[in-house]
Amino acid sequence: MIMMTTRQWLATAAGVAILLSLPLFLPNFWLVNIFGRAMVYGVVALSLTFLAHYGGFVSLAQTMLAGVAGYAVAMMAPTAIPLGPMAMPYYAAIPLAVLAATIAGAIVGMIAVNTREIYLLMITLALAVGFSLFAQSNITWFRGYEGIRNIVGPEIMGLPFRAPLVFYYVALGVAVSMFLLVLYVVRTPFGLVLQAIRDSDRRAAAIGYYVGLHRIASFALAGFIAGWGGVLITFYNIGITPSSIGLWATVAVLIMAVIGGLGHPLGAFIGALIYTVMDTFASSIIGHDRFNTLIGVVFLAIVLLSPDGVWGFGKRLTAAVGKAPQRTVDREKTS
Amino acid sequence: MSLQFILTVTLNGLTLAALYFIVASGFSLIFGLMRTVNMAHGSLYMVGAYVGFAVYDPLYASDVWASHAWLIGVVAGILAAALVGLLMQVVLLGWMQGQELRQALVTIGLSIIIADQLLFLFGGNPFRFFTPELLFGPTELPVIGRYPIFRLFQVVLAIAVGIGLWLLLNKTKLGIVVRAGVDDRQMLAACGVNVPLVAATVFALGAALAGLGGVIGATAQPMALGVDARFLLMSLVVVIVGGMGSIGGTALGALLIGLAEQWGQVLFPTYSVILTFVIMATVLAVWPQGLLGRKPT
Repeated sequence: MIMMTTRQWLATAAGVAILLSLPLFLPNFWLVNIFGRAMVYGVVALSLTFLAHYGGFVSLAQTMLAGVAGYAVAMMAPTAIPLGPMAMPYYAAIPLAVLAATIAGAIVGMIAVNTREIYLLMITLALAVGFSLFAQSNITWFRGYEGIRNIVGPEIMGLPFRAPLVFYYVALGVAVSMFLLVLYVVRTPFGLVLQAIRDSDRRAAAIGYYVGLHRIASFALAGFIAGWGGVLITFYNIGITPSSIGLWATVAVLIMAVIGGLGHPLGAFIGALIYTVMDTFASSIIGHDRFNTLIGVVFLAIVLLSPDGVWGFGKRLTAAVGKAPQRTVDREKTS
Repeated sequence: MSLQFILTVTLNGLTLAALYFIVASGFSLIFGLMRTVNMAHGSLYMVGAYVGFAVYDPLYASDVWASHAWLIGVVAGILAAALVGLLMQVVLLGWMQGQELRQALVTIGLSIIIADQLLFLFGGNPFRFFTPELLFGPTELPVIGRYPIFRLFQVVLAIAVGIGLWLLLNKTKLGIVVRAGVDDRQMLAACGVNVPLVAATVFALGAALAGLGGVIGATAQPMALGVDARFLLMSLVVVIVGGMGSIGGTALGALLIGLAEQWGQVLFPTYSVILTFVIMATVLAVWPQGLLGRKPT
C-alpha cells in the first residue's frame, strides 16, 4: 500500500491520465523520440535518484547497470545480429537480463559498501568506465566496438515492439511501475531503515540494524530499476554498443537526475524530459555540434543556482507564491 | 618467456606508470588539500596537450625556433592548464568549499564544456608532438636491447616531479601551510594564513601537472579526443588504490596500475582492464583508505 495524501493521489492519477491520453494529441515523433525516450532514460535516472535521495549515495554506476541488462538481453535475444550462443525467447531473456542487473547492482554495492559521498562517486565512476572499456575490448561476448545489433524486442499482441503506440505504452507502464515501486519501498520498514542509515549510520547500527546489508540491498534494488531501463533503452536503440554505456552516457544520466532534482523521484523524469528536448532541438538553437556546451552550461547553471534541480526550484517557487506551504523540510545531502 | 621479454614488459609498465604518476599526483595534490575531486582533471590534461601543440606546431615549422619548439610547447601546455585550473578554483570552486559533492558536479559540468570547446577550437584530428632531438631515437640497455630514450625520460621526469613535490611539501613554507591545511583548514585560517590564496596556488600547481602530463603523453602516443575519460579514470583508480592525498601512495598506485596494465595486455589481452579493477576492488575491500592513505580522524 502506497500511502499518499488525497491530493497526491489526485495529482498522480491526473498525471497518469494525461500521459495515457497523449497519443490522442501528439504525433508519433513526440510519442517515441521525446516522451518514450525520456521515460526509458528516466527509469535509469530514477534508480540514481532513489539511491541519492533515500540512501545518500550518488552512484555513477547506474548506466553501467542498465548496460549490464542491455548487454544481457542482447546476448540472449533471438533476433540478435550476431546471434549469441544462448539465444532464447524474449519472455525468458528479459527477466534474466533484469536479474543480471540486480546481481550486478549487489556486486557494486559490495565493492562500494564502505565508502560514501565523494569516494563512492569516484569508485562507481571508475567501475562504470571500466565496464564500458571492457565491453569495448571484449570480442567474444560483447562484440567490441560494433556491439550487438537488431535487438528489436518482443512482439506484443501480434504488434512489433517498435510500433509507436506499443513502445510508448510499455515505456509508460514500466516508468510508472518503477516510480510507484520507489514510492512504496521508501515507506516500508526497509526503506525507513535506509533513510535512517543515510541520516546517521552509527545510530542505525547502534539500534541493531545491519548497515552494510541494507546498503547492498538498496544497490541491488537500484540495479533492478536500472535493469528495466537498460532493457528498454536497448530496444529503443535497436541494439547496444560500448559507447552507449561509456563515460558520456554515464554523465548524461547524472545530468538528467541533477537537472530534474535529486530530491524527489519525479525529478528523474522531469530531468530526462528536459535533457531529451534539449538534445533533440539544440540543433535549431545553437547547432547540434555544440550540444555538449549547451547541456554543460545548463547543468552548471543548475548546480550553481539551484542544487536541488528544477523540482526543488519549483517547490521553492510555489512556497514563495504561498499557494502551497512546504509541509516537510527535506534533508538535502546533495547541496 | 625470455628474460629480455619480461624486462621489456616491466619497463613498459614503469614508463606508463611514470606518466600516470605525473597526472595523478596533480589530482591527489588538489584532493589532499581541498577535498575537491576534480572530475575535470582529464580535461586539464587535454588542455595542456592541445594548447601546447597549438604553440608548438607553428614554431616547429619555422626555421629559427624549431630546436626549442618542444620545450616551449611544454611550457605553454603547463601554463594553459594552470590558468584554466586557477580560474576554475577562483571563479567557481572556491566559494563552495566544503560542499564536496557539489564541487564534483561542477567539475563534471566543466569537463563537458571544456571537451566540447577544445573540439570546436582545435578540431578532432589526432596529433602528436615530434620527440625533441635530444630525446629522439633508441638507446642500448643491458639485456633489453634497444629502447626509446623518450620513454626513459618519462621515468626520470616522474622521479623529478616526485622529488620536487616532496621537497615542496616538506621543505618550504608553502609546504608547511599546505600540510597544515590538510589537517585543519579553519585553524590555519585563524592563524592568519590566506587560505583561498594557498588553495588557488595548489589548484594551479595540480592543474599544471595535468598539463605537463598532457604534453608528455601526446609526445609518447598520438593524442585524440576521448583521452580525458581515460586519464580521469586512471587518476581516480591510481589515487583510490594508493590512498587519497598521499604522494607516496600515488607513486605506489601508479606503479601497480601501470605494471598491471602492461602485464595484463601480455597475459590476457582482452581482459586486461579487468585486472585493474580487480586490484582496485581488492584494495578497497582490505584497505578502504587506499594502500598508503590516512585513516580519517
